[in-house]
Amino acid sequence: MDLSFGPEYDTFRSEVVTFLANNADKAPQGNDLRGQAAKDWQKLLIENGYTCRTIPKKFGGYGAEPDIIKSRIIAEEFSKVRVHSGLGGQGISMLVPTLLEMGTQEQKEQFIRPTIMGEMVWCQGYSEPGAGSDLAALSTAAVLDGDEWVINGQKIWTSTAHIADWIFCLVRSEPDAPKHKGISFLLFDMKTPGIEVRPLVDMTGHANFNETFFTDVRVPKHQIVGERGQGWQVANAILGHERETLAPANTAQTRINALVDLMKSETADGARLIDNPVYRDRLMKLQSKVMAMRFNELRVLSARLNPGQDPGLSRMITKLEGTELRHDLEGLAIDVMGEIGLAYEDNPYLRGSGSWQREYMFYLGLIIGGGTSQIQKNIISERGLGMPREPKFEKAS
Amino acid sequence: MQFGLSEEQILLRDNVNRFLDDNSPLDRVRLYADGGDDADIWAGLAELGVPALLVPEEQGGIGLSPLDAAIVAECLGAHIAPTPFLGTAVMAPTALVASGGDHDELLAGIAAGTQRVGVAFSEAIKRRNDARVEVRGERMFGKSLFAFDAEADSYLVADQHKHLHLISASDPGLKRTHLTTVDKTRRTVELTYDNVEAQCISTDSSVFDATLDIGRVAIAADTLGAAQSMLDQAVEYAKQREQFNRPIGSFQAVKHMCAEMAAQLEPCRSMVWFAGHALAELPDEGRITACHTKAHLAEVAQFVAKTATEVHGGMGFTDLVGLHYWFKRCGANRQWLGAPEFVRQEAAVLQGIVSD
Ligand SMILES: Cc1cc2nc3c(=O)[nH]c(=O)nc-3n(C[C@H](O)[C@H](O)[C@H](O)COP(=O)(O)OP(=O)(O)OC[C@H]3O[C@@H](n4cnc5c(N)ncnc54)[C@H](O)[C@@H]3O)c2cc1C
Repeated sequence: MDLSFGPEYDTFRSEVVTFLANNADKAPQGNDLRGQAAKDWQKLLIENGYTCRTIPKKFGGYGAEPDIIKSRIIAEEFSKVRVHSGLGGQGISMLVPTLLEMGTQEQKEQFIRPTIMGEMVWCQGYSEPGAGSDLAALSTAAVLDGDEWVINGQKIWTSTAHIADWIFCLVRSEPDAPKHKGISFLLFDMKTPGIEVRPLVDMTGHANFNETFFTDVRVPKHQIVGERGQGWQVANAILGHERETLAPANTAQTRINALVDLMKSETADGARLIDNPVYRDRLMKLQSKVMAMRFNELRVLSARLNPGQDPGLSRMITKLEGTELRHDLEGLAIDVMGEIGLAYEDNPYLRGSGSWQREYMFYLGLIIGGGTSQIQKNIISERGLGMPREPKFEKAS
Repeated sequence: MQFGLSEEQILLRDNVNRFLDDNSPLDRVRLYADGGDDADIWAGLAELGVPALLVPEEQGGIGLSPLDAAIVAECLGAHIAPTPFLGTAVMAPTALVASGGDHDELLAGIAAGTQRVGVAFSEAIKRRNDARVEVRGERMFGKSLFAFDAEADSYLVADQHKHLHLISASDPGLKRTHLTTVDKTRRTVELTYDNVEAQCISTDSSVFDATLDIGRVAIAADTLGAAQSMLDQAVEYAKQREQFNRPIGSFQAVKHMCAEMAAQLEPCRSMVWFAGHALAELPDEGRITACHTKAHLAEVAQFVAKTATEVHGGMGFTDLVGLHYWFKRCGANRQWLGAPEFVRQEAAVLQGIVSD
């Protein structure tokens, strides 16, 4: 057991700390994470290697060798001082890694730089009304007509489609091939004629995702990642990793600390809620879980650094346990506040700028999105514990 | 950076597991549950150096760390092995060494496996009923409940002030009565003290704390082993038991029960490792991690014990597969050295979230 990262990393950590001390005031405030301030901050972070760290310089990144310890130190220090750690979104978190791994030289040159600079916003067109958990059942059709794909069909739950410049989209290009072998991964401009985006209001009261309709949308043939029919592998190349990062323990730690502060300041009948043994025990129970998840994450990190080490099921369980834990944690804060916990938007009694309700709902979304909790349990039991697969259900024809 | 067991630790684990596979299978545990003793198991473990783990080399021990003790405890829990490990090999040496006194002879006896030291701490953690320990001028009066183990040669007793005293099991003023509990894999006793000679080991509450902390981490590790074994048994059973012409493990309700157990239990392993490591290496985090680990393992194991039993159907409820021994081991571990609610309260006090 050796939890130190070594002296060279101490130097690196103090560089990050110094950077934050000198620059944190330039970070974007509030929720406007797409404005100019956010883009300027992103540029500064890339120049210093604090985001897009391993993306090659020629594509606009910092160009460092992969070093997961440095990445972790950056994440830890930014989360400690609660400073915005750079632009996110599906373009940066999903498409860029996919292109780096499977894209052509031209695609990398064309898309990566504007995406990481926040100039090109992407949406992910995977789910359809008939293909959610069973994503490979998707039916949006792409038919080759000369040098163009012609796309017809519908996507749903497309986050940010209403503001996206481009979409990365799974389509069925080989209707006669087996389910998983007939899919292709296409990229196209959201301004292409034939695309209609209808916002869907979600439980937060805002429209964050959409229905996206395609009618004879014509896409140049070369705007495909991987080969025809390889789309399922392309999409899965990074899906597993993405799942592991949805609910990091760092952030859960920051949130539980904020919850302790909240319970010290909130009162009922003049008594602080932290002094109420019932609520306090609920808090302590969650603190145990956050702690367990932090140490689980150390094990994941360690198994990456030491290839001989067996990670057990530590990676496979993080999406399920991490998202459920965050939902519970935000929910306890609401319970602690009672009716005040219901406050929303312009309510003058709002606490923490409304973050508790917002995150409570957001994490329910993450419990469902990215592979539901039930799908995670299927994966854990079948791939993790080696239990038999579900017998196939043949549709009567 | 390496968060995990070293090669030596993996070897230790494999050796202890191999010994217990051969020498403490369920049938052997049943003999103990029916009134037999654990002498041969303990003697065999002594040959592997288990009682000597935490005894310093100068006193004839091996001088390993709390994490190593946790690793062994996990093996013992997995095999629901009857041994005096917790008191004799974990808590007693910790107290004797931390006290700073000269206990060379006793420590050497512990390391050799010839001295068993029991522990009576319940009254200093949460007094129940009329139990109470009082010491006046090196004489002990009163009563301790649920001291372990039943066959000890001497006992480490904590009084109301968290002072630690050593008493001999053969003192004429000591009465030792077996207390039957649901957990038949370890025996606990009531100790009544009528003018018993008490050798004061420490009046420093930090010695009591250090002893309690390592005891809690070892119990948590024992629980981890027991719960993991229940999960493994449930998964195996679900793969081979058939109903409706298919293995019950292909039913999603059953799979999800197993996945939930695994998802909750997997982080517990990292937690136990960290807690063991922290006791020796991270003084600021040791105590609070010990509390949380004890409490969290108790909660997860309660869920696993119930669910794994359900996966076995009626068979889980019978004595035939003996799953109930693991169920009850988890249940006893939950209450020993502090029930989760009280331990979490201690964690809150330790953080200054609330005053005592
Ligand atoms: C906030 C949010 C943002 C999203 N953003 C995007 C996006 O940007 N792009 C995109 O493509 N998609 C997005 N999604 C879609 C998301 O990936 C799907 O909602 C998810 O995969 C579930 O599919 P579904 O909604 O069709 O539910 P269904 O698959 O119909 O599931 C309904 C219920 O059935 C259960 N179920 C289904 N199959 C099984 C099974 N085999 N075993 C056990 N239970 C099962 C599910 O667990 C669930 O409880 C988003 C979703 C949310 C909530």
